[in-house]
Amino acid sequence: MTPEEPSFGANPSFFDLVRNLGVDPLGRAAAAGGEPLAPLPPHGTTVVALQFAEGVIMAGDRRAVEGYAIADSRMDKVFPADEHSVVGIAGVAGQALDLVRLFQTELEHYEKVEGDALSLEGKANRLAQLIRSSLPMVMQGLVVVPIYGGFDLRKGQGRIFRYDAIGGRYEEIDYNATGSGSRDAKASLKKRWRAGMARQDGVEAAVESLLDASEADTATGGPDPVRGIYPSVHIVTADGVEEVPADETRLAFEAVLARREGSS
Amino acid sequence: MPMPFYVAPEQMMKDRSDYARKGIARGKPVIAMEYADGILFIADNPSTHLYKISEIYDRIAFAAVGKYSEFENLRIAGVRLADVRGYSYDREDVTAKSLANAYSQGLATIFTQEMKPYEVEILVAQVGERPEDNELFHILYDGSVTDEDGFVVMGGEAEALADRLKSGYRQGMDLSDAAKVGVESLWPQDGERLDPSRLEVAVLDRTRPRRKFLRLPDEELGRILQG
Repeated sequence: MTPEEPSFGANPSFFDLVRNLGVDPLGRAAAAGGEPLAPLPPHGTTVVALQFAEGVIMAGDRRAVEGYAIADSRMDKVFPADEHSVVGIAGVAGQALDLVRLFQTELEHYEKVEGDALSLEGKANRLAQLIRSSLPMVMQGLVVVPIYGGFDLRKGQGRIFRYDAIGGRYEEIDYNATGSGSRDAKASLKKRWRAGMARQDGVEAAVESLLDASEADTATGGPDPVRGIYPSVHIVTADGVEEVPADETRLAFEAVLARREGSS
Repeated sequence: MPMPFYVAPEQMMKDRSDYARKGIARGKPVIAMEYADGILFIADNPSTHLYKISEIYDRIAFAAVGKYSEFENLRIAGVRLADVRGYSYDREDVTAKSLANAYSQGLATIFTQEMKPYEVEILVAQVGERPEDNELFHILYDGSVTDEDGFVVMGGEAEALADRLKSGYRQGMDLSDAAKVGVESLWPQDGERLDPSRLEVAVLDRTRPRRKFLRLPDEELGRILQG
């Protein structure tokens, strides 16, 4: 499972590099001792990703929970992985944030050592391997399930990959979600998503799916107009990653509400 | 086993220096110069894929002349050092100074202990928040390091080139003026003018987001030289 340091050529993997230095970034050694717990599904968060006309939209709620308490209501769960892809996380927050940081460094390190960025397919595979490398933590119940989306510059299209807890990688051609509210979010997107949606429609569909998830899942935070907390939304197109401004997200949310008022 | 001939240490160091210098002077030059928004790098490099100027980290770039296999080795070592440090501490904690120190130590060891010294000269440059915070570390084949101001010239007929550059260089030039002065000084004074597509050009631009390093493709360079 662990690729050996090749004896010929420079290994462009940052993960291999830090491991050879004796750092254990994903807690591979953690499984020693103790009864393994059954892997739990991610117990917080909803992150959705969907295709739209120009690429991929990814949006996440802002709530972090500790048991029944809300630990944080402004947490970001969607991050740029590099200039043309974003990664959203669900699961144990500490482990998930570490995975994101490692993945970001991994991609940049490869790009600098090789002089070229990895293909999107290569990045998605690498993320799967990083998840699989944290299997001992998964067996301890510390599960992270990311979702990955990016613009494939070679194919000229947006692509979405979803993962399972042990590193299975599945490509989605329309939309998907991860986290405890993902079922509700997917049900919502099932009704609203259309191939080739425009940006505004796509952002509204994403925001509405998070709203639907927050209404059914305690661990998913809804928009909070009073304190100005809205989902974090990122868009990836051929031009790169863009964080959607809070104002645009707010307008999308208001449009969703207006439609609901009109129909009830 | 036959006794090796005695060679005085002074002679040995001199021989090694001469060897390294000759190798470096055979190569084509690279210049780096500070301009209003950052640091501009120009290399005479016919290859479009084998670079002499590269990104090391957010604010730090690497430029080298001499033997490709040797400076490529040093470049990758620098990327590794920077990425490990930034991951272990914070991105802000990766500095050109610590990289320059590491290169200096490494090259000094190679110079004295290996069969042959590295035939390279390298530059580690860091763009600062303000022009006066820029850092240019020029490191030689034997590990000696100098902290430079304004511009640095390496490789080729470096001294003649530096004289030409000095006459045109002014502090705080904009990118277009700096590029003109730089490209002009690279062109030989007599003989034919170089084809600009032979030039490898990059900047560390402080106005860019996190990663300040940017390669300027030929079309972009053409536009800048016109402007």
